[in-house]
Amino acid sequence: MTEFLSPAAIGTGGPPAPDISQFDTTEARKQWQVVIRRFLRHRLAVGGMAMFVFLILVAFVGGALWKHSYKVLNFPRYSAPSGDHPFGTDGLGADMVAQVIRGLRFSLQIAIIVAVVSTVIGVVLGALAGYKRGWVDSVITRFIDLVLVIPGLVIVVVMARSSFTNVPGKSGSNWLIVAMYLSLVFWLSIARVVRGMVLSLREKEFVEAARAMGGSTLRIVFKHILPNTVDVIIVNATLTVALAVLTEAAISFIGLGVRSPDTSLGLLINQNRNELNLHPWLFFIPFAFIVMVSLAVNFMGDGLRDALDPRQRRVRA
Amino acid sequence: MSTENVSGSFQPGGLGAPAATIAGERLLTVDELSVSFNTEDGVVRAVRNVSFDLDRREVLGVVGESGSGKSVSSMAVLGLLPKTATVTGSINFNGRELVGLSYNQMRAVRGNGIAMIFQDPMTSLNPVFTVGWQLAEAYRAHHDVSKKAAFAKSVETLDLVGIPQPDRRARQYPHEYSGGMRQRAMIAMSIINDPDLIIADEPTTALDVTVQAQILETLLRIRDETSAAIIIITHDLGVVAGMVDRVQVMYGGTIVEAGQVNEIYEAPRMPYTVGLIGSIPHVGLVGKRLTPIKGAPPSLMNLPSGCSFSPRCPLAIDVCREVEPDLMDTDRTDHTSRCHRWKELAEIDNPQKLFAHEEIGTIEDALILQLANPDEISVVDDSLVDESLVDDTAADRQSPAAEVDATSAEENPKS
Amino acid sequence: MLRYIIRRLLITIPLMIAASFLCFGLTQAMGDPLGEWKLQKQRPPAEIAAAEHRVGTDKPFLTRYGDWAVNFVQGDWGTTVGPGHGTVDVKDKVLRASWISARLVIGAELIALMIGVAIGVIGAVRQYSIFDYTATGFAFVMFSMPLFCIALMIKTVGIQFNDFLQDNGFGRWIRTAGPPNGGFHGSFTDLIYQYSGAFILPTICLVMIQFAIYSRFQRASMLDVMNADYVRTAQAKGLSQSRVIFRHAFRNALIPIATVFALNFGATISGAIITETVFGWQGMGQLLVTSVNDKEPYMVLGFLMVTGVFIIFANLLADLTYAILDPRIRLD
Repeated sequence: MTEFLSPAAIGTGGPPAPDISQFDTTEARKQWQVVIRRFLRHRLAVGGMAMFVFLILVAFVGGALWKHSYKVLNFPRYSAPSGDHPFGTDGLGADMVAQVIRGLRFSLQIAIIVAVVSTVIGVVLGALAGYKRGWVDSVITRFIDLVLVIPGLVIVVVMARSSFTNVPGKSGSNWLIVAMYLSLVFWLSIARVVRGMVLSLREKEFVEAARAMGGSTLRIVFKHILPNTVDVIIVNATLTVALAVLTEAAISFIGLGVRSPDTSLGLLINQNRNELNLHPWLFFIPFAFIVMVSLAVNFMGDGLRDALDPRQRRVRA
Repeated sequence: MSTENVSGSFQPGGLGAPAATIAGERLLTVDELSVSFNTEDGVVRAVRNVSFDLDRREVLGVVGESGSGKSVSSMAVLGLLPKTATVTGSINFNGRELVGLSYNQMRAVRGNGIAMIFQDPMTSLNPVFTVGWQLAEAYRAHHDVSKKAAFAKSVETLDLVGIPQPDRRARQYPHEYSGGMRQRAMIAMSIINDPDLIIADEPTTALDVTVQAQILETLLRIRDETSAAIIIITHDLGVVAGMVDRVQVMYGGTIVEAGQVNEIYEAPRMPYTVGLIGSIPHVGLVGKRLTPIKGAPPSLMNLPSGCSFSPRCPLAIDVCREVEPDLMDTDRTDHTSRCHRWKELAEIDNPQKLFAHEEIGTIEDALILQLANPDEISVVDDSLVDESLVDDTAADRQSPAAEVDATSAEENPKS
Repeated sequence: MLRYIIRRLLITIPLMIAASFLCFGLTQAMGDPLGEWKLQKQRPPAEIAAAEHRVGTDKPFLTRYGDWAVNFVQGDWGTTVGPGHGTVDVKDKVLRASWISARLVIGAELIALMIGVAIGVIGAVRQYSIFDYTATGFAFVMFSMPLFCIALMIKTVGIQFNDFLQDNGFGRWIRTAGPPNGGFHGSFTDLIYQYSGAFILPTICLVMIQFAIYSRFQRASMLDVMNADYVRTAQAKGLSQSRVIFRHAFRNALIPIATVFALNFGATISGAIITETVFGWQGMGQLLVTSVNDKEPYMVLGFLMVTGVFIIFANLLADLTYAILDPRIRLD
């Protein structure tokens, strides 16, 4: 006598209960573990990150650890790299290792501040413009478009010696000021990008839902929309660091950036611009550091971009 | 030589008269075609041992879900697979072996002897060139004529596929056409060189239902006028029913059933086909549940052992999961099936019930249940059978239980 | 199309007015052109007042702007006003400098574009080959390179090459200090010799940085296009590989590049500033740096206006090119 039950009760009969775990369609919120894992798969990106961390350590801690101080000027001048002075000495008799470490520190300081400040300003204004629309959007967008008519470097050059960027006193140290007006130029493109993303995101259903539940503007923007833009913002900020390093070096090189008593990698090269033939190390070593910072950050940014938004279709032969 | 052999015993529903199949005019012979891809994650066996023939004027429908290998096999015919693909087997077209030919050698065949119509006409036409220009290009690829002559030919062909004002339309860009017209333009592009074989890959999927019928009708008309053979690849059984002569059902990269179209619909011999037919919603099902096939198509990288459909098949028994069946002849003519248990399937009068698990509980279904689970249920108590509910034809045969017992005893020595 | 152009040109006018206001503010913020002069020594107030009147700093901001703007559109762009700088006519100097810069920059950009596009196409067609990896790596590195360092290195190489030439009896062909002041003269071959000698180094410099952008973009665009359905259709028609790639794929991949080219002009100008400083070209870049250092407001203004107009036209050109190349775009 058999019970006519459903196949499931019978056991081995009939097709097994289908494995639906593969259909787990929980809306994929970014799992940070997944992102980190994906990032770690890019050896170049990991290498870049390692190099960047190393450079930061050298810049901020190395100065204290190095045997020579950057202020000492009585070493034999123009000596080639050797045991006591691995980076040689310059025309004033200063040890190059100390100089380069210091220059690296200023360059990184400026670049990181620029990235952070410009990102903050850009995100706030961009999100505001994108979400509020109306006249707020118009004003901000028109302003950005207007300023972007002039190339960034040109604006920076013109602002470099203007009265409000030259605060007298403080013995001429102006690295922070340089960072500030560099930020004023960099926030423009970030704002544009964020605005575009916010514009498209605000039409999505979850924003409507939040609004229906009575969320205030600020809350909606910060809790719902911005988290979805975070990947692009992070990538953008990282790449801004590289761009900031290069830009700052460029303006310091033409003499319109950082000044004594501050220094930077760009300024170092400026001071040694004619030494390529006779004392090449004075040029190539700061140059190498600029390139290292740039490359490291660019690799990192590239890896981050791939980790946060993979669209790879690699079918290797 | 060819002998006229009109197989007029069937009528494809509504869309055109049955064609006279010229037996012996073999156009295409595909033998043991297999395609596999080397990917980062493993080897994907997209097509496995596919063999079929095609005669002139024949319309073959290739049916299957995504990932069944239907598109890949047709791309293999044209040699349009990426370099990562390994193609083995034989494709013989008009006496010429196509597998192994280089890109340039295949060029003579592409668009000329064999033409292909792709799924999405908006993206399949180059947006920066006029339609007439693209058609003319197709023509000049195989005929040495002037641009003017080629353009005139494209206008002529646009007219042939039923595009109004072809002269004006030929000078327009693809985005200025409607969806149906674009597909007609694609058809025009495929027939402009008078091919012997037209392969249409999901030609109507991207179109409205009303336009679908027009497109299919156009294709049939082309077949009538040019004696070309057509292979239609689709997942839409409605398209197939109305249009083709023969059907080939593909699953897991291989053919699992093949036969004349009405055969397949009236007397399916493979559970997958049953499931496919049963999953089509139609008017008679008002108020009832749909019966999809539970589960998902197999990964072509990790195919299940034995029959690729066994994980989802209600009739599956141990041998199904261990040994992949060959494509074998069934009790019907010209009707093959890749199923160990096609005979049992043939016994069931309403095989759709196999997939409708919720409905199980009636006596009739008990018979099905037993068929499906011969290991578990070896005896059916006759006293429980309510005569009034049993199908008349079933009463004429031997007790199905006994028949199944005998069969299962042969197949499962351990039971 | 014509209506669109006219409409865009009309919009340019208020845009330029707004831009000019912004620029004027920027230049005024640059500082007092008399600042240094005033600090040099004690001067009688009458002298200071006279100087201020000459420069115009005795008037309020808006008046100054109004005066300048009215003069500007009439063709009077002002002169240098700093003490000791003489009265160099702004318009004359700026236009002359633009001509010098334009020759260098446009030529370099076109070369960079061609090289970049070629490399991008080959990289996409031969994806993952050694060529592709090398090109990608090289482009990546160039993105991280400071332009001025490249310029300095190239200049040194140029000087050494000149030494080499000189040692072997030839003249010093490469010029590292800008085009000759008297211009180029001589027969046709002489001209070629002189032009190439003067242009080669800064051009190489600019090209090295710029081609990377074009090659990356072109490669990405090409890859996108090559996976498109219409490429598959073209192959299915029986066309040859080269025709498929060049007629169908490349033609479509080119569309975004044209706009990138036009929109990249901002970066080009920035690059030109650096390059001219290194190689001593008396072009716009040099002009800007010196006048900023000298705090010459009208000169800087002249520069900014010319640059602004240039960029606006480049944007317009980008949009037009896009419309010409892609029939799906209808400009209304």
